[in-house]
Amino acid sequence: MIWDWDYTWDILPDLLRGLVVTVQATLVGSVVAMVLGLVFALLRRSRATPVRVVTGAVVEFIRSTPLLVQLYFLFFVLPSLGITLSGFLAGVIGLGVHYATYTSEVYRAGIEGVPRGQWEAATALNLPTSRVWRSVILPQAIPRVLPALGNYVIAMFKETPLLSAITVLEMLAVAKGLGSQTFRYLEPLTLVGLLFLLVSLPASLTVRRLERRYAR
Amino acid sequence: MHADKVAETEKLAKAIRVEPSAAREMVRFDKVVKRFGDNVVLRELDFHVRPGERITLIGPSGSGKTTILRLLMTIEKADGGKIHVDGECLTHSNRGGREVPADEKHIRTVRKKIGMVFQQFNLFPNMKVLRNVAEAPVHCLGLSRGEAEARATELLELVGLGAKLDAYPSQLSGGQQQRVAIARALAMQPKVLCLDEVTSALDPELVAEVLDVLRNIAASTDITMLCVTHEMKFARDVSDRVLMFDQGQIVEEAAPDKLFTQPEHQRTRTFLRALLEEH
Repeated sequence: MIWDWDYTWDILPDLLRGLVVTVQATLVGSVVAMVLGLVFALLRRSRATPVRVVTGAVVEFIRSTPLLVQLYFLFFVLPSLGITLSGFLAGVIGLGVHYATYTSEVYRAGIEGVPRGQWEAATALNLPTSRVWRSVILPQAIPRVLPALGNYVIAMFKETPLLSAITVLEMLAVAKGLGSQTFRYLEPLTLVGLLFLLVSLPASLTVRRLERRYAR
Repeated sequence: MHADKVAETEKLAKAIRVEPSAAREMVRFDKVVKRFGDNVVLRELDFHVRPGERITLIGPSGSGKTTILRLLMTIEKADGGKIHVDGECLTHSNRGGREVPADEKHIRTVRKKIGMVFQQFNLFPNMKVLRNVAEAPVHCLGLSRGEAEARATELLELVGLGAKLDAYPSQLSGGQQQRVAIARALAMQPKVLCLDEVTSALDPELVAEVLDVLRNIAASTDITMLCVTHEMKFARDVSDRVLMFDQGQIVEEAAPDKLFTQPEHQRTRTFLRALLEEH
């Protein structure tokens, strides 16, 4: 089998359109994971025991089941309950919720890394609890965990091909479609790999630089 | 006293504004018990502090002095007994004529009367100096950001840090950080100020600048002070009464001149001798 350059140039635009979908899914999924992960982390510290227990159980359940099963559930099972989601929407919700269970652990570590003296000073100043979180704890916890969060964004990016299983035309789905039309898989699949590398490598380097900046 | 010294004292008094108290006792501990696991730190401790009084707590480490301040500041919870501040009960509240453990809201109202300065300063590293001092007055006293910052500026000038408003705590020396922490505590206008070994974490040459600020505050206001310290000279200069603690109980209490020169109790004598040798 020899590499066909004409074919390569032909399919590149389609694959780039697929890449755009991949990046979009990653970005939206990341926002869900960042916000929901923080919510999970805070709920797991709630003073109300039932809230802590229920959140812990939900997080543990989501983390311990495969993402693909969750995606299928969202896309194929929910419609029978009257909730129909587009492939993209089901995909970003699935990715976001699944990764939120990981980011919640990251936030937890960041929050626990804030010295106890900070809480004590906030108590001595009589600051309301919500204010302590917003002004004192999170501004110290979050910068320290940005690199770890960044790593999960990259991991999520690399898992978006799973969305091809629920009809999302991200890059891998596009490549597979092209291959099945022409019976040439070498060029599309190689390009998919290269394009993933092209995005995730600079992203990893950026995260590494962030790590160095916040390492003290 | 020099004229400028008098002016400074008046300025401090005005900036800090300690409201006079109607209560006979500013702080009262009634049979307070505190345990950490099996370790009983305070056993049915009784003591009181009058409004405006300056108390120094001394004693070996583990004798419970810091725990007293932390209980008063509600950082720790008592396992038994009652604590009153300025005529109000800190540990219990009244619900339908029955006494119940205080809830968060009740604690919050009584806690307003108390401020604390910590051994490790505990400034907020993510905020500049000015905001460190102004943050709580905005959210707890209902001041506007402008008012709070004006008052914070005034307090910071009085502790000699008028030039450091825009610095981050990490850019300051330990002595400067501790002076910011003092200004931050005073910005909430507490009636009681708890000082927990505030010079123990400082380099020796920075101790004086912090103690000078505290001496000024003691001289120019009526604020009630509870001070845990190993600085005997400072304790002698500032305090009205010294309480010697050992194993969660008061061994001896007296005016500083009496206690430091003619301690009655053997335990006090050995403690003071050990302290002198250390310095």
